[in-house]
Amino acid sequence: MELNAISIGFIVFTIFTLGGAIGVVTTRNLFQGTIWLMVSLFGVAGYFVLLSAPFLAAVQVLVYIGAIAILITFAVMLTRSVARIKVRYMRLLPSLIGSLALFLILLLGVTMPIFGAHPPGSIPDYVASTRDLGAALVDENGYVVPFLLASVLLTAAMIGAIFIARDENA
Amino acid sequence: MVPLWMYLAVAAALFAIGVFGVLSRRNAVAILMSVELMLNAVNINLVAFWRYSETGTDLLLNGYVFTAFVLIVAAAEAAVGLAIIITVYRNRRSVIPEEARALKG
Amino acid sequence: MDELCIGLCSLLTDAGADGGLALFLSLLVGVLLVSGVPLITVILLIWIERKVAARIQDRIGPNRVGPIGLLQTIADMIKLLSKEDITPTSADRALYNAAPLVSFASVVLIWAVIPFTPFHYGVDLEIGALYFVAIASFGTLAIMVAGWASNNKYALLGAFRVVALLVSYEVPLVFALLVPVLLAGSMSLVDIVNAQNGMWFIVLSPLAFVIFYISSQAETGRAPFDLIEAESELVAGFNIEYSGMKFGMFFAAEFLHVFTNGILMAILFFGGWMGPLYYESPLIAFAWLGAKGGIIYLTTLWLRNTVPRLRIDQIMAFNWKFLVPLSIANLIVVSFVLKLMQELGLAPRDILSASFGDLLPTTVILLLCNGAMILYLLGIMRRRGREARRESRAARANLAQAPSAAGH
Repeated sequence: MELNAISIGFIVFTIFTLGGAIGVVTTRNLFQGTIWLMVSLFGVAGYFVLLSAPFLAAVQVLVYIGAIAILITFAVMLTRSVARIKVRYMRLLPSLIGSLALFLILLLGVTMPIFGAHPPGSIPDYVASTRDLGAALVDENGYVVPFLLASVLLTAAMIGAIFIARDENA
Repeated sequence: MVPLWMYLAVAAALFAIGVFGVLSRRNAVAILMSVELMLNAVNINLVAFWRYSETGTDLLLNGYVFTAFVLIVAAAEAAVGLAIIITVYRNRRSVIPEEARALKG
Repeated sequence: MDELCIGLCSLLTDAGADGGLALFLSLLVGVLLVSGVPLITVILLIWIERKVAARIQDRIGPNRVGPIGLLQTIADMIKLLSKEDITPTSADRALYNAAPLVSFASVVLIWAVIPFTPFHYGVDLEIGALYFVAIASFGTLAIMVAGWASNNKYALLGAFRVVALLVSYEVPLVFALLVPVLLAGSMSLVDIVNAQNGMWFIVLSPLAFVIFYISSQAETGRAPFDLIEAESELVAGFNIEYSGMKFGMFFAAEFLHVFTNGILMAILFFGGWMGPLYYESPLIAFAWLGAKGGIIYLTTLWLRNTVPRLRIDQIMAFNWKFLVPLSIANLIVVSFVLKLMQELGLAPRDILSASFGDLLPTTVILLLCNGAMILYLLGIMRRRGREARRESRAARANLAQAPSAAGH
């Protein structure tokens, strides 16, 4: 891998993504955990930029950092008495071994078969633009049914969340 | 360009970290955060495969659109999940999933 | 900014520099230029704001340091820098120090996509409008972190209220932002400006502009939405523990954010650098943008200094019960009417090359739709106002009767 802007970006975003993820699962303080989560998700948004999907990167920042992570911070603060947890883990050893084994299996099963495939230069230059995405989402031969289902899901989730979290006495 | 396997390796590591978090953490909010990590690992894979796949077929946008839908589902999941966590906390003063067992027979 | 970069790059390679290094250096200069503009503007802005506020309150304002007080901000900066830099012992040190930086960066980053002139901009992103919304969410994050990391009750309460406000007002902001995007058929800010060659978008959809204006006023936390400060209730809110230059950064970020929003509104609704003779020189184009942004900025100052603060429940009710439904309805009406007119052949399909004449029928009909909506709204508001007045009168009458009843 020669050193150029993209590979440097890849290294930086890898540090963000994996460092943030390790922070999420190791920190004692849940609020710091949410900040680590945002760091990690920001790294993933960086990957999307490198993979020429800027729309997804912007949506990732908007939805994850702007909405989901803020929502989680609210939840952490509303359940404030438990923001600092005494017992960090349960089943530490089995889950550590299990996830390490999963990582190795994934590495061997998914990554090895394509190792060395796609040498530089064989990647398509043309990338679908945001306009193509928009057209595909409302195209009847494209994704209009999942698109409509997604909007129904979002509405249902919104109503459900309000209904569940509503204070009965208020 | 960075080779495809590197993206997949990072995604695998992210997924494994997420699985570790789900299995080992006690706090429901922490578990939810780990689930988000796993979803993001999947997203990296989808976008990477989309970018490196052959163009000129009908499947041009599958990975891209799928990632967008995963984002939508993640938003819905977080909203409902956190609402449930807060309701359970309000009733039982606990955010540890094992302790919410009123329905256990 | 591209041509500048390329020019500088070739200059450096001619002088014998390494190609990669030359490119890097010239890009760095470009980045410094783009981020330098807001940094210099903010110094001036703080002075303007203080002067205008003073005039509205019948004072003179800063007039001691430099000619007509122009150097006051620099003196203040030196004062803030020389103050003791305090981090509360119980604060979360890393997050506490990171929050002001993120807050300021979230505003400066917006300037990367702002087209100053037809040829000078940081970068023309395909998703410029979306980028603006995404970057703005970092500001919310910074406030949340500042409130929590200070480990202070007032700071946390202030942060809660502010984040609730910002998240709510993001909804109408985005819906209003979608109207220019829809009209231009592109999210790129450069395309949006170019699409206003025939007609400014403020004429096509004044309602969207009003919604955007109100919600961006809320996004910056200015009166009547200045819950961020709420000195009388929250002793300064989320930044209570901050002192010295860390406070200065929050302060500068807020001032810059207001002006940035003014510039953005000029780009989205007032044709950006469009104006007589803009093609003659980039400087004229830049002056047009600055003038339009500046006028909008001055109106926000005017508003800030004349209206009282609302309560949090009033603000939330106004947003969710009025602004959000209105913005959604406006978006639906505009998109439906525009599509209908395109099908009938009354509206041009390609707005980028459309002239004033091509757009005239679209303008008239969209304006009529907007006017009808505004009239309907005014009707509702009048009825509600009358009901509220009747209720308050009845309450007052009850109150007046009560003591006499007690006296019997």
